[in-house]
Amino acid sequence: MAFCRKVVAETLVFDYLRARFGHRFTRASLGPNDSGLPVRFRGRPVFAQLHGDVATVDGTPVGETASEHRRRDLPIIDLGRSVFAPEETQRLDGQAAAFTQDYRMAASSRNALLTSGGEIELAHALDRKMRRLLGRSLRLRLVAAGSCGGCEAELAALSNVVFDMARFGIQFVASPRHADGIVIAGAVSENMRDALEKTYEAVPDPKIVVAVGACAISGGVFAESKRVLGGVPSSIPVDLWIPGCPPHPLTMLDGLLRLLGRADHLKE
Amino acid sequence: MSTHALLTLYNRRCVSVADIPLLEVEEFAAALASSIASGWRIVSLFGVPEDTRALRLCAVLANDDRGLLGATCALVRQEYPALSTSCRQAVRFEREIAEQCGAIPTGHPSLKPLRRHPPDHAPSAWTLPPKNREDFPFDVVHGDEVHEVAVGPVHAGIIEPGHFRFNAHGEEVLSLEIMLGYQHRGVERLLEGSERGRAVLVAESIAGDTVIGHTGAFCGAIEALARSHKTPRAQTIRGIALELERLANHIGDLGALSGDVAYQSSAAFFGRLRGECLNLLMTISGNRYGRGLIRPGGVLFDIPPTMTSEVLRRVERLREEVRPVAELLFENASVQSRFDGVGVVSAEQCRAAGYVGVVARSCRVPVDVRHDFAYGVYRYAQIPVATAWSGDVYARAIVRWLEVQRSMEFIVEQLAALPRGEVLVDCGALRPSELVVALEEGWRGEIAHIVMTDAGGHIRRHKVVDPSFHNWSALSAAMPGNQISDFPLCNKSFNLSYAGHDL
Ligand code: SF4
Repeated sequence: MAFCRKVVAETLVFDYLRARFGHRFTRASLGPNDSGLPVRFRGRPVFAQLHGDVATVDGTPVGETASEHRRRDLPIIDLGRSVFAPEETQRLDGQAAAFTQDYRMAASSRNALLTSGGEIELAHALDRKMRRLLGRSLRLRLVAAGSCGGCEAELAALSNVVFDMARFGIQFVASPRHADGIVIAGAVSENMRDALEKTYEAVPDPKIVVAVGACAISGGVFAESKRVLGGVPSSIPVDLWIPGCPPHPLTMLDGLLRLLGRADHLKE
Repeated sequence: MSTHALLTLYNRRCVSVADIPLLEVEEFAAALASSIASGWRIVSLFGVPEDTRALRLCAVLANDDRGLLGATCALVRQEYPALSTSCRQAVRFEREIAEQCGAIPTGHPSLKPLRRHPPDHAPSAWTLPPKNREDFPFDVVHGDEVHEVAVGPVHAGIIEPGHFRFNAHGEEVLSLEIMLGYQHRGVERLLEGSERGRAVLVAESIAGDTVIGHTGAFCGAIEALARSHKTPRAQTIRGIALELERLANHIGDLGALSGDVAYQSSAAFFGRLRGECLNLLMTISGNRYGRGLIRPGGVLFDIPPTMTSEVLRRVERLREEVRPVAELLFENASVQSRFDGVGVVSAEQCRAAGYVGVVARSCRVPVDVRHDFAYGVYRYAQIPVATAWSGDVYARAIVRWLEVQRSMEFIVEQLAALPRGEVLVDCGALRPSELVVALEEGWRGEIAHIVMTDAGGHIRRHKVVDPSFHNWSALSAAMPGNQISDFPLCNKSFNLSYAGHDL
C-alpha cells in the first residue's frame, strides 16, 4: 500500500494509469521520430533534397538545408487535399516528395495547410478567454456528413484506453446542446447539409469547429462528385483543420491539445 | 427452367456481355422467381442504360451450395411490371433501380427512395420527375398508446448518420423503419468516371472500415477484365490483410457489445486489442486501415522477412491476449443473459431475404464467399465456415469470436509459408464488352463489385453491393417484439455500414 501511494505521488497520474495498463498509453506530445510509428507510416510529406537525379529522404524539413531559391521552385503541397496515398509521392509535378513519420499536421487555417517545402505552421492556441472557458474541459459533438466512416472510427479510437482523450478533459457528448463545439468528418453530402447546419446552430456560443480528414477539408476523394459540397461550407467557420485520410488519432490529439494551448505543457 | 435463362459464371471470371441471355421482362421475372425457389439468391439486380430509351436490367444470382453464379438480363422501357410482385428479394433492388435509373416498376409495394438523390444512371431520353422523400411518409402504426420515436441522423454516439423511426407500445418495439442516404457521395458514378489511379482511392473509401474488402473486390474485377494475373505472394498478402481487417473489426465489435451491456473490463481490453490489429495493418501498409496496400496487379507493399517475424510475433501475442478477454465476456452469466434471445433473425427469414455474412452464419445459413466462391489464396487455404444457430445477439457475437480465432490461425500459417516472388504485376487495358462479378468475403459479409465494359474497353457500369445493403433490413426484421432499450445492443450486433449502403 505504501508503495502504491509513493508511486502515485511521484509520477503524474497518467503515468500511473499507463503503468496499470501495461505501458500502452500514448504520450500526448512526441518528437517527430520517437512516436513509435512504423517506418511505413505516411505522415507529413516533404520534398526530398535532390542530389543529381537521385532523391534521398532523411525526414528533415527541407527548410534549413535547401536555399530559399530552391524552396520557391518547389511545387505546393496541399495537405488538405492529400489522402496520403503512396502514389502521391510521385505525382507532384515530377518532383520527388516523401512522407515523413511526423504525425503533427493540424493547422489553424486552411492556408496553413499549403506548403512548398513541407513545413507547416502548426495550429496555435485559442485566445485567452476561450482557453479559460475550454482549456480544461472541452465537450465536442461529432457530425459525420458524407464520410466513409474511417474518420469516425479514428475519432472513436480517441476515447479508448490507448489514446484516452478524456485524461485531458476532452470528451464527446451525445447532444450538440451539451457541447462546446462540433467535429465535422466527411465531404458534406447534400443529404446531411441541413442536419449539419442545424447541429452547428444548436451548439451554444462561443463554440469551436474542427474539420477532420481530407473529405471535410477539401472533399477528399469525393471532391469531384455532384452529391457533396466538397467539405465544410464557408458558412461554418473552422478553428482547427486536421489533415489525413483518416488522420492518425495522434494527429487529432496533437491538434486538439495545440488548440487548447496544452501541447507544450505536456511535452516531456 | 431456371438454368437456361441464366448464364453460369464464376467469381472473378469474365464473360462476354453478348453471351448473357437477354430476355423479355416476363421471362426475366419468371427466371428470377424460379431460380430463387430452387435455392439461388440475388447478389445484385441493377440497371444499365442500353440506349436513349431502354434500360438493361441485369441480375446476378448465387447458388451457394453449388458454388455457382448466374447472370441474366432484360431490356425494359421506363414503365415495366415490377419483379418484386413475384420475387421478394427484388424489393430493395427495385427501389434502388427506380431511384438510380428513373424506372417505374408498376405494382411495386413501395418505391420509397433508398438514398435520396436524383437519378444518375437513367437512359437519356427519359423524363424524370423529381421525387421527394416527403411524398413517402413513414409507416405508422395506429392504436391506443402507440408512440413514435425518431432517432438521428445525428446520433448520440460516434457513429455515422442514419434515421431510425420506431413505433412502440410502451417499451416494446412494434416496427422499425430505417431511413438512410445521409452518407450518399455518388460512389458508383465516381468509380465509372475516374481514371484508374483515382478510382482505386474511391474504392478504398466506400466504407472506411472495409478498405481491404472493397479494394480487393474492386481490383479483382479490374484484374479479371485486364487478364492480369497476380502472383501467389500478392494473393497471400491480400489474404493476410483481409483477415487482419476482419480481426480488427470483429474484436472491436466484441468490445462495443461489451460496452453496450455495461461490461467495461472486456470493452476496454477489446478496444486496445482492436488497435493492435490496426497497428499491424499500419506496419504492413503505412495506414491503420490498410489504405495504399492493394492496387490493380497486386499489392504496393511486400512483407519482407524481418517484418514477417515481427508480425508473427505480434499475432502470436495477440492470440494469447485475446483469449482470456473473450473468456471474460462469454463466461459471464450476466453478459450471456443480456445477449440471449435479443434481436433474433430466423434461418427462414434469412433465406427468404438473402441476408449474408455474419448475420446469415449466426442463424445456420453457412454462406461464406471464401468457402463457396473461393478465390485468391482461399483456393489453397480453406478457413472453416463459422456458424451458430440461435440468430440472436449471442450468436452474432460467438460467430465473431470463432472467426477471430480462425483468422489468427490463418495469418500465422500464411506468414510462415509466404510464397516467393514479386508482389505487383502489370495491369493493362480492359477487355471490351465483358462483364465480371468479383465477390469478396469482407468482415461483414459478401462484397460484390460488378463491372461491365463497353465496346471501347471503358467502364460502362460499376455496381457496388456492400453486405450492408442486404442486411439493413435484417435489423428492421429483428427488432419487433424487443425492448426499445435493447436497440443499441441489437444494432451493434449487426454493425452495418451506412457509408457502404449509401455509396
Ligand atoms: S478523409 Fe478519408 S477516412 Fe476520412 S471520411 Fe474521407 S475518405 Fe474517409
